Amino acid sequence: MSGFATLLYKEVLRFWKVSTQTVGAPVLTAALFLFIFGHVMEGRVRMYDSVPYAAFLVPGLVMMSLLQNAFANSSSSLIQSKITGNIIFVLLPPLAYWEFFAAYVLAAVVRGMVVGSAVLLVTLPFVEVEFRHPLWILAFAFLGSAVLGALGMMAGIWAEKIDQVASFQNFLIMPLTFLSGVFYSIHSLPPFWQRFSHFNPFFYMIDGFRYGFFGVSDVHPLRSIAVVAAFLVVVSGLTLVVLRSGYKLRH
Amino acid sequence: MPAAIEIRDVHKRFGDLQALSGIDLEVSEGEFFGLLGPNGAGKTTLISVLAGLVRADRGSARIMGHEVRADYRAARRALGVVPQELVFDPFFTVRETLHLQSGYFGMRNNRAWIEEVMHNLDLTSKADVNMRSLSGGMKRRVLVAQALVHKPPVIVLDEPTAGVDVELRQALWQFIRRLNRDGHTIVLTTHYLEEAEALCARIAMLKQGRVVALDSTANLLKRVHHLFLRLRLQGELPAELRALEHGSDADARVLRLKGYDDVEQALASVRRAGCRIEEMELVQPDLEDAFVDVMRRS
Repeated sequence: MSGFATLLYKEVLRFWKVSTQTVGAPVLTAALFLFIFGHVMEGRVRMYDSVPYAAFLVPGLVMMSLLQNAFANSSSSLIQSKITGNIIFVLLPPLAYWEFFAAYVLAAVVRGMVVGSAVLLVTLPFVEVEFRHPLWILAFAFLGSAVLGALGMMAGIWAEKIDQVASFQNFLIMPLTFLSGVFYSIHSLPPFWQRFSHFNPFFYMIDGFRYGFFGVSDVHPLRSIAVVAAFLVVVSGLTLVVLRSGYKLRH
Repeated sequence: MPAAIEIRDVHKRFGDLQALSGIDLEVSEGEFFGLLGPNGAGKTTLISVLAGLVRADRGSARIMGHEVRADYRAARRALGVVPQELVFDPFFTVRETLHLQSGYFGMRNNRAWIEEVMHNLDLTSKADVNMRSLSGGMKRRVLVAQALVHKPPVIVLDEPTAGVDVELRQALWQFIRRLNRDGHTIVLTTHYLEEAEALCARIAMLKQGRVVALDSTANLLKRVHHLFLRLRLQGELPAELRALEHGSDADARVLRLKGYDDVEQALASVRRAGCRIEEMELVQPDLEDAFVDVMRRS
């Protein structure tokens, strides 16, 4: 295996070895969200005029779990390696900064996809969900988890303590995902908050992802994918610049 | 033939601290080289520059002719580093750790060599044990193994025997000596100066980021002109010898003398004072004396 492939394999193996915590726990959380919200809202609301609330909720929860876990994978791996000092094992080998980047981001994508698929599988027996455009589903899942994987890298490189990564997660990633339309369509919001949601890149990830399931969305999926792809380019570019400079990794 | 390690005018500053101030060093292929200095002298920083963990502000460093930044892939492939800190990845077993490390270097079909390294470091019985469960000594062996999995021609060991028991230390040195005999260039930093004296053919001493001595171990020892006279006496040490007293061990007195001529005079003083010599020994200076001398003078 090449150095890049080995690092990717190691990052995947790392989360897979503790899959109860890295896959099982987020699946349980998402299932609880679905059963509680689905039950409370049962029969009260129909989204896009025809979609039952529980079915509407499933893609949102899948994407939310996928995004949060993609972020958690790269950020926790890097901060743990930095704190324990074993980051040296991946800094000594002849890996280019972009190989380093690609391995961590792809491992985050794998974790995101695994968790997202598991959440979807758990919910399918209880909720009837359509799969109108599977390629859109895959495209948004891939791009969304890649963005969060790269953001996780930034957080992991910048942070010096685990609670700094936790702050990044709790005060930035969590609010942005919760306010992105996981639980509601932004058309149900007052006009100001509707406009505000358009500045949240996570909204486009979830809205486009949901389009893949129901064939309807708040904004056109092409616009969503363009926004998400542009966001990925910006975040990846910044992360690559940071990695190339050696910031907080090579002094 | 390029030098195994070539360091030219390397400077490094961390904030207000000038960690390295113009280091020039060359280590030939196949050498067993010692890098000594007190804490904070810049040894680990210098090793980190070689390993690409720290970027020099000025100057250049080459491993087997490959510049560590411009040609980092070749330079890193040629270098194995045993870090000073006892670090490990708690997610993996010993065998997984070594296979991953080998993979990072792009080594294919490396199973046989990994098994051999584990065998030589007495790790085979622990191959499938998680790193978390190993003792400190075992973790240290894994660090050595990790530095060797990609068969680097140059191996740098940063205080590899710190906190290691005598048995493991002996076993490690036996193994490192064998690697050196097989043609590997070894660079060692250690606080155990008797270890450096026994192993290293050439030594550089660092102080405050500068090389203050660079010579063969034999020449460094020759630079120390004094010797020690160890006496166990029946009676008091004569007053005129007290100024020469260098210390005492157990029940004996140790005098620091300028040369052999002084031995005769010291013994005459003892006789004159009516003391009986119960035991006497002449002790040649060791690397520790040379080290103390160099550090005091520079």
